[in-house]
Amino acid sequence: MADIGEPKVRGPEKPLKKGEVALIKTLIKHPMESGLRKNTETGETIPAHYIETVSAEYGGATVVKTQWSGAVSKNPFFSFYVKADKSGPVTVTWKDNKGQEWKEKAEIKVE
Amino acid sequence: MSIHSESTLTRRRFLGAMGATGAVCMAAGAGLVGMPTLAQAADAPAAAVNIDEIIAKDLGAGKVTLEKVKIDTPPKAENGALVRMPISVDHPMDADNYIASLTIYVDENPKPMVAMFEFSPASGKAEVEMRIKMAKASQVRAIAKTNKGALYGAIMKLEVAEGGCAG
Repeated sequence: MADIGEPKVRGPEKPLKKGEVALIKTLIKHPMESGLRKNTETGETIPAHYIETVSAEYGGATVVKTQWSGAVSKNPFFSFYVKADKSGPVTVTWKDNKGQEWKEKAEIKVE
Repeated sequence: MSIHSESTLTRRRFLGAMGATGAVCMAAGAGLVGMPTLAQAADAPAAAVNIDEIIAKDLGAGKVTLEKVKIDTPPKAENGALVRMPISVDHPMDADNYIASLTIYVDENPKPMVAMFEFSPASGKAEVEMRIKMAKASQVRAIAKTNKGALYGAIMKLEVAEGGCAG
């Protein structure tokens, strides 16, 4: 499976003031197969294979936690915010329904 | 044989292929919600799932106030495989008064809940953006829940130019 993984997380490049909110953008390669689709030639159901949870940790706490279904688009883009409190990484973890897991982070700089 | 009849045949074949693809999408959906026949599914798609019951089960049976939440996407999606879904909630994110979750539902999906996001005051802002798949036109709902259990929401009717069932 070549077209899976390669997670990316990007935060603001400039240092932020304490209390400012930071936009975090994430991207990962994943088929996001819903399990509802059929192979048009064989009629067989294509097995479900999608990311079920995405979570973001910052400053020792979970700031955003998500549950996804197979109706999220292939190679999912996802952005959210964190409140900049102190310099440190925002670590994002993706997990799919087959137990595969990916982690990637972006550094937040607070003046 | 004229050019006209040839093009009619091609068109008929093309439509036939389109119809078959559509049926596969619908059959898959109907199977999941236990609809006995495809014909019934086509006649009464709304009866397959009761979206209000699902929301009440997921988020609690409170009244949803249609304010504070914004779904910022064009009413017609060009590509059903990639429907932009930027959602924001105009609400404080204070330690004792914040948006605890935001859930996206597509009424016509066999499984209406597409995604749920849980926030904390450290999120700073209850705003997310993602892309979703839609096979056909549907109402889309975004429901936000505060830490105190109050529900706010937005409902939008979305058209899809090209269905994303295959993607």
